[in-house]
Amino acid sequence: MSAFVMPSLGADMESAVLMEWKVKEGDRVEKGQVIAEVETSKGVIEIEVFEEGIIEKILVTEETECAVGMPLAMIRTEGASTTEKISEQSTPEPVAEIPHADAPLEAPIPEPTIQERIKASPAARRKAKEMGIDLFSLAVQGEEIHLSQVESATPAELVEPKTEVSGMRQAISRAMSRSNAEIPHYYLGTSINMTPALRWLEEENKKRTIKDRILPAALLIRAVVLSLKAVPELNGFWENDAPNIKAEIHPGIAIALRKEGLITPALLNAETMNLDQTMHSLDELITRTRAGKLRNTEITRQTITITNLGDLGVESVYGVIYPPQVALVGLGRIMDAPWAEGDALCVRKVMQATLAGDHRATDGRTGAKFLEKLNDLLQHPQELL
Amino acid sequence: MTQEQIKTAIIEQILEIAPDIDEADILPDKNIQRSLEIDSFDFLKILTALNEVVGVEVPESDYAKVDTLEHMCEYFKERVKS
Repeated sequence: MSAFVMPSLGADMESAVLMEWKVKEGDRVEKGQVIAEVETSKGVIEIEVFEEGIIEKILVTEETECAVGMPLAMIRTEGASTTEKISEQSTPEPVAEIPHADAPLEAPIPEPTIQERIKASPAARRKAKEMGIDLFSLAVQGEEIHLSQVESATPAELVEPKTEVSGMRQAISRAMSRSNAEIPHYYLGTSINMTPALRWLEEENKKRTIKDRILPAALLIRAVVLSLKAVPELNGFWENDAPNIKAEIHPGIAIALRKEGLITPALLNAETMNLDQTMHSLDELITRTRAGKLRNTEITRQTITITNLGDLGVESVYGVIYPPQVALVGLGRIMDAPWAEGDALCVRKVMQATLAGDHRATDGRTGAKFLEKLNDLLQHPQELL
Repeated sequence: MTQEQIKTAIIEQILEIAPDIDEADILPDKNIQRSLEIDSFDFLKILTALNEVVGVEVPESDYAKVDTLEHMCEYFKERVKS
């Protein structure tokens, strides 16, 4: 018997709300089956189970807030004897877990202020409102505030607008602060002539129906994945002062949510996909991300991050590595630019590809090899099919 | 299909694919992708869905002709089998 616990879905997460059970007691579950949905700051996440067995008991009801590590259900695993001890922390699979930062996770909640009525003349009150001054800052015990006091108030007494920081913003803030404090980044960049790849893609798309069309983003991701196969040192984690290179490539793809924020869910096992599969999976991943329907594995297993801010129109991206990953690939906007070919100067579609690397894990030479391979593949796009 | 029906179909598909867009923000003469922050994936989805509704497939080389709501309406109107 083992406990199915609330998994950690990122360093930022302390708890999540169990929204829905997809199974009931007595159900047989298989490895990888989605058995529950939880709501986090990243939206609704589907939670998979990592072992085969039978749901013996469901321990929490729907719409309960559960801390990370809290047992949610008991699973009777095949062949397990009843005397077997219950594993306390059975979040199996070494997820790319980020240890909690030392800093308290919750922003300190200000003491509730007692809204005493402040004595002030109506004119002073009006003026204070106009100028955005907090009358509290001017109040002296028992005395009435007059107009002249408000008018002579210094900017320090102006009320500072307080902004609500969303859970997602706080999560990004913590991860990025940790990254910049711990990871000695190095940055490399190269200009890639995208004309051959885009021309090839145009011809390829002419042969396809609209449903099977390939977008440049999929071609680029496929090229990055193939380059990582050639230079695997950039795909993995820096853990316990040592590199931990992964054979599976789960690139985290930066996807903007239209309303607010950005999520980098993993395109799981991208190394097993051809171009069509990459396009299809990417399309599906984007749709699910925007609909708030990601799986726990997709938000915890990223082995590298690819950020393609192309749609926002910047030329180059120098990213901050998401720990414990060791690299981040930045792909800029594809734009018309002067390009020298032989003796001639011409106009080509050009993209800036950048690499942010963790200098503890790799050297610039590794990064350079990666960018070289990426460039090379994009000059021979038929190899990306 | 009348011009008006085509327009309704286009707006419907935009809202279907990007439900957080406010219908009032879909202006006839503004670039659909830029003004509504629709990326290449969602744009392709809109065109794929419209292909099923209107029966016209927009090749990539014609993307410049379907950049605004107005242009897209005209484009489909000219090609749709009445």
